This record gives sequence, C-alpha cells and structure tokens, in this order.
Amino acid sequence: MHLVPSAYAGFADVVAMLVLLTEFAMLRAPLLRSQVRIYAFQSLVVTGLAVDIAAARHVPDLYTLAALTFALKVVLVPGVVLRLLRDAEADLAGSPVLGVASMVLIAIAVSAFGFFAVGSFHVQSATLPTTALAIAIAAALVAFVLIILRTDVVSQAMGFFSLENSVSVASLVVAAGLPLVVEVAFLFDLLVAVVVFGVIMRVHHGRTKTLSTDELDRLKG
Amino acid sequence: MPAVMVALVVLPFGVSVATFFLPVPASRVLSVLSGIAAFSLSLLLVPAAADHRQIAVGSFLRVDALSVVFLVATAFLYATTALFTTGYLALADNPAGTRYGRRFYAGLNLFCWAMLAVPLVNGLALLWVAIEITTVVSALLVAIDDTDGATEASWKYVLIASLGLGIALLATIIMYYAGTKVFGGSYDLSYATLLHGASHFPPGAVRLAFVLAVLGFGTKMGLVPVHTWLPDAHSEAPTPVSALLSGALLAICFYAILRYFQITVRAVGPAFPRTVFLIFGLASLLLAALYLLSQRDMKRLLAYSSVEHMGILAIGMSFGVPIAVFGVLLHVLCHAAAKGTAFFGAGSVVRKFGLKDMSRIRGGIGALPWSGPMLVAAVLALSALPPFGIFRSEFLIVSGGLSGSNDAGAAVLVVLVTVAFFGLSWFTTQTMLSADVPEASPGGVVATPDRGEVSVWIVAAMAAGLLGLTILGVHPPAALSHLLDRATTELGVPR
Repeated sequence: MHLVPSAYAGFADVVAMLVLLTEFAMLRAPLLRSQVRIYAFQSLVVTGLAVDIAAARHVPDLYTLAALTFALKVVLVPGVVLRLLRDAEADLAGSPVLGVASMVLIAIAVSAFGFFAVGSFHVQSATLPTTALAIAIAAALVAFVLIILRTDVVSQAMGFFSLENSVSVASLVVAAGLPLVVEVAFLFDLLVAVVVFGVIMRVHHGRTKTLSTDELDRLKG
Repeated sequence: MPAVMVALVVLPFGVSVATFFLPVPASRVLSVLSGIAAFSLSLLLVPAAADHRQIAVGSFLRVDALSVVFLVATAFLYATTALFTTGYLALADNPAGTRYGRRFYAGLNLFCWAMLAVPLVNGLALLWVAIEITTVVSALLVAIDDTDGATEASWKYVLIASLGLGIALLATIIMYYAGTKVFGGSYDLSYATLLHGASHFPPGAVRLAFVLAVLGFGTKMGLVPVHTWLPDAHSEAPTPVSALLSGALLAICFYAILRYFQITVRAVGPAFPRTVFLIFGLASLLLAALYLLSQRDMKRLLAYSSVEHMGILAIGMSFGVPIAVFGVLLHVLCHAAAKGTAFFGAGSVVRKFGLKDMSRIRGGIGALPWSGPMLVAAVLALSALPPFGIFRSEFLIVSGGLSGSNDAGAAVLVVLVTVAFFGLSWFTTQTMLSADVPEASPGGVVATPDRGEVSVWIVAAMAAGLLGLTILGVHPPAALSHLLDRATTELGVPR
C-alpha cells in the first residue's frame, strides 16, 4: 500500500467523498426539486470521475461511458422527474418519520459502519483506490437511509438512482476495465428502470392524487 | 444445439413484439405455440447438456447442465401459463379489453423471454442485466390491473427489487475486482473464465461478493428478511403473472445465486457459503411456515408457500452433500409445476365465484368438477405428499441432511414443513371442501354458482402441471436424472 495516495487515487477519493456529501445533502433537502438538482450534480461528479479515469489509466472506452452517463443521469433522469413534479404540482418532500437532525445522525452512524465494514473484509490493492470503494459503499448505505425514512415516491426513486451512482463510483474505481458492452448494458437497464419508475410514479399519482406513500398501507400480513 | 439456443432467445422476443400489434385471438394462439415451442426446444438441450461440459454460441450465449435445469423449469411454466391465460383472459370483463389484452400478451411474452435469457447468457454481468429486465417487465405486469392494490404492490416491488439488484450489481463488481488479481485489469466475466481462476481469487473479496449476491438476488428470490414485496406482488398481480413470478422468477434468481456459489466454493471452500445458505434458509422457512397459518387470501397463501420453498432450496444447498443438491435441483422443477398449477386453480376459483376475497368462498370443489380437485391435489403436492415430485425432492434433501451429519437441520426442516402443510391444507380444505358458513365473516359467504368449469384451457393447463409433477415423482426420465447429476457436479459438489 502507498502511504501517500497517487494523484489518481486522491482524485477518486475526493469524488467518492463528494458523492457521500451530496447523498447527505439529498437526505436533508426539504424541497423535492432541490433533491433532484442535487442528484444531477452528483451525477455530474460521477461523470467527471469517469473522464479522469479514462485519461489517467488510458481506457478510451470510458469516454463513451462518461458521455452516456452525462446524457442519462445529468439530463434525462432529472428531466423526467422534474417534469413529473411540475405536473403533480408538489413541492415539499413527504413528512419524514424523523427530524432532519436525527436522520443525519443515523446516516452518519450507518455510513461509518459501511466504511469500516468494507475495511474488515481486507479488500486491498496496490493499484486501485480501495478507500474510494469503502466511501462509495458508505454512500450507498446513506441512500438506503434516505429511502427508508422519506415517505414519498420521488424521494424513494431518487434514493434508488443515487444508490446507482454510488455503485457506479465503486465500479469505476475497482472495475474500470469492465468491458464497455457490459457498462452500456448497465446503463441501458438504468434507462429502462427510469421509464418504469416514471410510469409507476404517474400511476400512483393518478390514483392517490399525492406523491406521498402514506396511503400505501393496505397490503400487509 | 447452438441453433436451438438462438431460437430460444429470438422466438419469445419476436412473439412479444408481434402480440403487441396483432389482435388478441391471434396473440392467444401465438403465445401458446411459442410456449410449447420453447418447452420443446429446452428439452432438446437436455441430453446434450447432460453429456457435454458446455455449449456456447459466440461469447454471449452458453448453457451447461445447471442452466438447462432452470431453462426447462421456466419454459414449462411459459407453456402452461400461455394455455391458462387463454382461458383466464377470455372472460376478463374490462371495457378496454383489446388494448389490455395486447399489452398483457406483449408483457407476458417479454417477461418469459427475459426469464429464458437468464440461464442462456454467459457471464455474471449479462446475468445481472437479464434479471434487471425481468424486474422492470414484471413490475409493469403487476401494475397492469390499475387497482389501488396493484399500484401499491407494484411500487413496493419495483423499489425493493431494484434496490436488491443494486446490491447485486455491487456483488458483480466486487467479484470482477476479485478476478483482477488473477486476470489483470480487463477481462470478461464469463463463467468459464471465472471458474478457471476462482481458486486464486482473494478470499475476502469473494466472501463479500457472495454475501452481497445472496442478499441482492435473494431479494428477488424471496429470502427472509428481504421478501417483503413478494406476498403483495403475488396477490395483486393478474393470476398468470403470479404463477410466473412464483414458479419461474424466484427460481431464476436462485440460479443467479448458484452461479456465485459455484465460484465461491472454488475460492474459499464450501463451509462459508453453506453457513450463509443455512441462515437465510432457516429464517425464510420459519417465517413462511408461521405466516401460512394466518392467511385469508389464497394467492397470499401461495406466495408465502413460495417463500417456504425458497427456504427449503437454501437449506438443501447448506447440507452440501450431492444427494441434497440433486434434490434441490429437482425441487426447482417440481416447484415450478406445482406452484403454477396451484395458482391456475386459484385463478379458476376467483373467476368462478367472481370475487377476490377467498375467505368468503365455500364448497369450491362442488362448483368446479375438474379444476377444484386438481387445485386440492396441487396444494397437497406443494405439501410434499406422494406420488408428486416434491415428495421425492424433499425426501432427497432430508436424507442428504441426515447422511451429511446435519441431523438438527434436517429435523428442523421436517418440523417446519409440517407446520406449513397444516397452514396450507387448513385454508384449502375450508375453501374447497367445507360447506359450513363461517360465522364472523363480513358480508357472509358467496352463493355457490352452478357446477361447471370456467374454461377448458384452465383445466388443460392444470392437467399438464399435475402430469409433470406425477412423472417427476413416480419415475423421472433417465435423461433428466443424468442432467441433474451433471449439474450437481458442476456446482462443485462431486458425487
């Protein structure tokens, strides 16, 4: 292990950290619109990481991936969700079960757990920035906290998309050599998932006239 | 054989596209033909896969004995579900019937296409992609009825299953990372490559990937505690979709876990994955057996029975002896046939009595001369009564547990399966056989309609399911036994 991280590993760590921080920002954002915009920024950061790795490790395939990531996650996903919000005329996120402070404290505990849990598996490498991997997994866990504690369909969907961003960071730092066809297949699936999430969110809004999930309590037992 | 594999990928997709544009009667015929063709094609692969190590087409398609087991199970359910849908949708009383019918048939065929693709593709990455496609297609099918219940169930399903697959994607990436230690920075995630180098993978990363894979794909397989979407989606989806979800989709996700198991056994030995299977399996079986005692809706009952059977599969894998693993693979086939038949029967009862709340239905066997008794038979088959296939498979699993010095596990398995049997048979005998009027039932009992079948197609689909179950129980064909033997060896559990 290098004691001093290389510039490339350092950049990857910074990006992973930014993704984690934007995850926290999404957790505390009271307006649904701002949540979507923070997500778009987070996706932009991930795109930047893809470009950096493409240049630093000479993987030209990743430029294609970065372009597709930008088109899909910075433009299309936020666009689709913002349009839904305009049509639904909803602004405030569903009233969370807990206050913002408690949510953030829980998320800090959970992300610390994720960070150290990955460390305990001894996933180490001399060439790959494994710290970034641990931070990305911590961010993924914060996305789970967001989905569990927020009670509206938009926050939950954004939580899923940002979880996907964290996984993208993990994939870029430890599996940059993954064949392009596979990466594109992953993105294609995300595209389909966006469409399906959009359809079901619209159906939900059409039936309940709200974006809140509070009424989804009929099926139990 | 390569032509057969390509046909299996191309045919259902083509049919799906065609049914979107064709009138419903044509779609009906086309879907049944496509289902039967897919089943026949999958049977053609059985002898070859039992003898050869693997059959590959290009670098994207590949089958071995393990994948053919799951291919046969899925294709069988595709054929019988297409038959059942013919009878089930014929009576659907919806105003926009044609539009609904078109969407339904296109979705059904696309869903079956995605599920057939899962065992056909080569490599962990494409495996994940194919399973993600099954999620998005089936989520739309769960929502298709556009009721409050369907909307709620589809939201829970698409969110929880997508999150599970997010975890599974992480598993894929960490497994890729484990491989970079052997193959360098860039390689493809094909099974042959991974299995070849697995013994040199770093154990920590492989363990992490395996647990994430069990948790991620286990979400879609219905393992406790990540099963929560399952009873809702199964009970609110249209019955043909419930049958496919329960009989084929859960098994397909189990197949994905087995692919990770194959690699993990070679990298870190059998003890670790067996422990993981035991924990998830026992939790699933225990919770499902208890929930089965308190269900009032037939489709929810069958959904919890699916959780129970997925638990049995996981426990069978945890025994880690060849006879138990052979039983597990046989169980996959039998469960597909039995659960399909039981859902078809439930669909027949719901259509006949014209309401969903089955706790208010009495004397079903008197109203349905053929599908009534066959539903009771299917539920008994699910409870592992001879001469049906599940008796044989569970017997093999339990004897594997006893022979492999897992007496405690085998004993717990038998006790919990008996509890589940009680829950399943109590509800079913009440609905189907009893004529008593329940006292505390809101709205009272529905009047029993005239004796007669809803549709001959439903009866045909159920008869096909029971026939398959009986064959598997009384005397499985030799070619199939060879296939299961071969698949057991491929899983790294040598005879």
